[in-house]
Amino acid sequence: MSNKTTKGRRDFMGMALGGFTALGGLGALYAMKRTWDPLPSVKAAGFTTIDLKDAPENVLITEKWRGKPIFVLKQSKEMMAKTTEKTKKRLIQIGDAHYMVSVGLCTHLGCIPGYNPEKESFLCACHGGTYDATADVTKAPPPRGLDIPPFKIDGTKLVLGETGPEYEKMLADGTTLAV
Amino acid sequence: MKELKIFGIVAIFTLVLYWGVEPFAHSQMHKHVEGEHLAYSDLKETPKGDATKGEALASACIGCHSINVKNMPAPMDAVASAAAYGVNPPDLSFAGAMLDEKFFAHFLLNPAEVTKSKHFAMPPSAGSIQDAADIVAYFKSIAPKEISPKEGFEFACGRCHANRYAKWTQIGTVPKTKANITTGVDLDALEFKKNLGMYQNALAKYMGKLPPDLSIIIRSRSEHFLETLIENPQSQLPGTAMPRVGLNKEGMEKVMTYLEETGDPSKPLREDIGWKVILFFIIFTILAYLWKKSMWKGHH
Amino acid sequence: MAHFEKANSIGEWLDQRLAVETLKRVLQTEYWIPKNINFLWAMGMVLAATFGILLVSGIFLLMYYQPNVNSAFDSVNYTIMSEVGYGWLWRHIHGVGASIVFLIIYIHMFTGIYYGSYKKGRELIWLSGMGLYVAFSAEAFSGYMLPWGQMSYWAGMVITNLFSGGSLHADGLVEWIRGDYVPGQAFLNRFFMLHVLLIPLAIIGLIVLHFGTLRIPHVNNQDGEEIDFDEAAKLYKEGKVKESKVIPFSPVFLSKDVLVMGVYFILFFYLVFYHFEFAMDPVNFDPANGLKTPTHIYPEWYFLWSYEVLRPFSTNIGLIAFAIAQVIFFLLPFLDKSPNVAPASRRGLFKFWFWAMLIDMLVLTFMGKLPPEGIWSVIGLVAALVFFALWIALPIITAKEKKL
Repeated sequence: MSNKTTKGRRDFMGMALGGFTALGGLGALYAMKRTWDPLPSVKAAGFTTIDLKDAPENVLITEKWRGKPIFVLKQSKEMMAKTTEKTKKRLIQIGDAHYMVSVGLCTHLGCIPGYNPEKESFLCACHGGTYDATADVTKAPPPRGLDIPPFKIDGTKLVLGETGPEYEKMLADGTTLAV
Repeated sequence: MKELKIFGIVAIFTLVLYWGVEPFAHSQMHKHVEGEHLAYSDLKETPKGDATKGEALASACIGCHSINVKNMPAPMDAVASAAAYGVNPPDLSFAGAMLDEKFFAHFLLNPAEVTKSKHFAMPPSAGSIQDAADIVAYFKSIAPKEISPKEGFEFACGRCHANRYAKWTQIGTVPKTKANITTGVDLDALEFKKNLGMYQNALAKYMGKLPPDLSIIIRSRSEHFLETLIENPQSQLPGTAMPRVGLNKEGMEKVMTYLEETGDPSKPLREDIGWKVILFFIIFTILAYLWKKSMWKGHH
Repeated sequence: MAHFEKANSIGEWLDQRLAVETLKRVLQTEYWIPKNINFLWAMGMVLAATFGILLVSGIFLLMYYQPNVNSAFDSVNYTIMSEVGYGWLWRHIHGVGASIVFLIIYIHMFTGIYYGSYKKGRELIWLSGMGLYVAFSAEAFSGYMLPWGQMSYWAGMVITNLFSGGSLHADGLVEWIRGDYVPGQAFLNRFFMLHVLLIPLAIIGLIVLHFGTLRIPHVNNQDGEEIDFDEAAKLYKEGKVKESKVIPFSPVFLSKDVLVMGVYFILFFYLVFYHFEFAMDPVNFDPANGLKTPTHIYPEWYFLWSYEVLRPFSTNIGLIAFAIAQVIFFLLPFLDKSPNVAPASRRGLFKFWFWAMLIDMLVLTFMGKLPPEGIWSVIGLVAALVFFALWIALPIITAKEKKL
C-alpha cells in the first residue's frame, strides 16, 4: 500500500516536470515560428508605386510587385463597349480612363498568360485557359479572373500593397479574392 | 556535502579561469583611458554671448554651411563640397544643441587646434572670443528643442561615417529607386553610387583613409571606448585624423543611443525575455530536484 | 515472413515491429549505473544536451546565413541579428553554447583523469572521448570562420599557416587547404561545408561510439570499485534497492542528470542573455580586412593552452610542441602504468601530478591570451616546459605507484 503511494508521488513529480518542460517547449516553438516569418525588409519591399498616366491603350504593360508580374492594360473605347456590368467592376477608373490591373499569374496553376492585342484576350499556354481584356476568365480551367492586387489610388498613380476604398469594394462584392 | 565540496572546487577553478582570460587579460591588453566627462578642461571659460549680435556674425557661415531650420540652403551639394574641402560641412541647425558651449566658441577661433586635427578644413571664423561666444549664443537660440538620435548622429558623425545597417551614407540616406523592369538596370541607384564614390574618394584623401562604417561599432568597441574616443580621439588612437567634435552631454547621448539602436537592436527584447527564461529554469530545477528526491527515495 | 499477431495497443504494435520494450529495457530501465557517483557523472548528459542545443540553434542560423565573402558578415550581423525574428537568440545561444561546451568537455575530461576512468577496459571510452574533443575543436574552429569578421579571417590565416610545417615550407599544402592564396571565397565555402555537414556527422558518429564503449566496461564510480553488475542488478530487481550498488539509467540516474541540467541551464541562459561578450569576441564585429591585422589576436579561450605551448618556442620547435600537445592526451591510458583505478587523492604521486597538470594548463591558458611580452612570455615558457615535463614524468611515477 505504502509502495503504491510513493509510486503515485513519483509519477506526479515526473509528470509535473514533464508538463512544465513542455511549456518551455511551446515558448521555443513560438521563437522558431517567428524565425520562419518573412523578414521585415521583405515586408517593407511589398509596396510598389506605378504611374498609369502614360499607359497606352490596348498595350499590355508588365510591372513587378512582391516578385510577381503585374498586368496593366488601359482599355480603349471599343474594349469598354464589350464590357458587361460584371466585368466593368474589375476595372480601375481614374478620371475618364479605365485600367485593368491584375496579378499576371493564371488563377489555375500560376503560369503567366500571354496577351494578344488583336483578339484583345489573354491565353495561358500551360493549360489553355483564356481571359478577356478585363482579365475575367472566358474559358476553363482557370476558376476565376486574374486576381487584383491591393491598391490605393493616388492621383494618377497606384500604390500596390496598400488597400484603398476602391479595392475594399472589389473585395466586398467578390470581384477579386484577397491576394 | 561531499558533492557541494566538489562543486565548490569546480566553481572556483571555473571562476579563476574566467577571471584570467577575460577581465585580467583585457586589462593587460588595453590601456585604460580615464575620460574627463566632457569637461574639455584644456579650454578656458568663455564670456556670455549675445544671440542678436551672433545672428549678424553668423551670416558669414552660410558661405559654406546650410542652416535648415532658418531655410538657408548650402551653396554646394555634398559631393561638390567634398571636392572643394574634403568633407561636406555640416548643417548648423543642431550645432547649438549638440556641441559644448566652451568647445564651440574656442573652435570658431581656431578649429585646427581645438579639434586636434592638423589640417582641419574650416578656417578660423571668429575675430574674438566675444564674437565666438555671440555666434554660439545665436546657434543655441535657433536649435530645435527635440533632436532625434538619428539627427544627432548625422550631424556629429554622419558626414564621415556611414551606417549601412541604417541605410545611411556620408551623403545621406540611400534613396528608394526602381530598376528598369526589363533590363534590371537601376540608373538612379547607379547615379547615387557614383556620387557616393566621388564623395568617399575625396573624404579618404582628406582623412588619410575612409573612416569606418559605424553600423555595429557598439558591439566591436565598448561604450567606454567610444565615449572617450569621441571626447578626445587622440587619447584612444594617437595620431588619428578623427577630429575632436566637442559634443556636450546631450549630444553624446544622442550619438550613443543611435549607435545602440542600429548596432544592437535586440537589446530591449533580450533584457525583457532573459529573466523570464532564467526564471523558467529556476522553477525547472526545483521541480527536477523534487523529482530526483522522489526517485532516489529508499536508495541510500 | 515472420508471424504477427493482431496488436491490442499502439505500444504493442510498435513492440512487435521495433522491439521497443526490449530497447527500453536495454537502454534505460536495465542499463545499470553505479549508485556511488556525484554530479560530475551528469556531465555526459549535459554535453549531449548542449550538443542538441547547438544543433537546433545552428539549424535556424543556417536558414539565413550566406557563405559568401561579400555577404557573410552582414547576413550574420544584420539579417540574423536584427531582421530575423529571434535570430539574435539563436546566435547568442550558438555562440555561448560553443564556448561553454568546452568548459563542460574539460570538466568531463578532468573528471575522467581524476577518477582513473580511462583504464582497465575503459581505454576506448577515453579514446573515443578524445576523438570527440578533436572533432569539437574542428567544429568550433570552422564555425568561427563563418561570420567572416576580423578574428575569423586572421584565425583562418594563422591556423592554416600552421600546416606549412615551419622549415618544411609546405606552402602548397596551405594553399590546398585554403583553395586560395589567402582565406577567400573557396576557404569560406569549404569551412562552411565542414561546419554544417562533415564534422557534425563525425561528431554524431563518435557520440554513438562513445556511448557504445561504455556498455561493456560500465561507468566508473567515485571509488573506482569493481562492481559485479549482474549481481547488483539482480538485487535491484528483487526490490532491494538500498542494498544494490546500482541504479537503472532511467528514471533514477536520469532524474539526477535532469537536476544537474537544470542548474546548468540557469547559468547557460544567464550567459546567453546578459553576459555573452566572453563568447562573442568584440573584435569579430569588425568585418574581415585582409590588409589589416587586429592589434591583439588570440584564439578562443579553450584553445589558449595549446596555443601557448606553441608560442614561446622558435617556429619549428613550437610546431612540434604544438603537434605533441594536440595528441598527447590520447596516450593517457598507455602512459599511466599504474594498475589502480581510484581517485587521484588515493594514488600517491599521481595526486600531485593531477593538480599540477590542471594548474599548469590554467597558467598556459592565461599566458596564451596575454601579449607575449616580458614576464608573461617567461611564465609561458616555463609553463610549457612544465607541461612536457609532467608528461615525461607520468609513466615513471605511475610505474612506481603502490597497488591499492
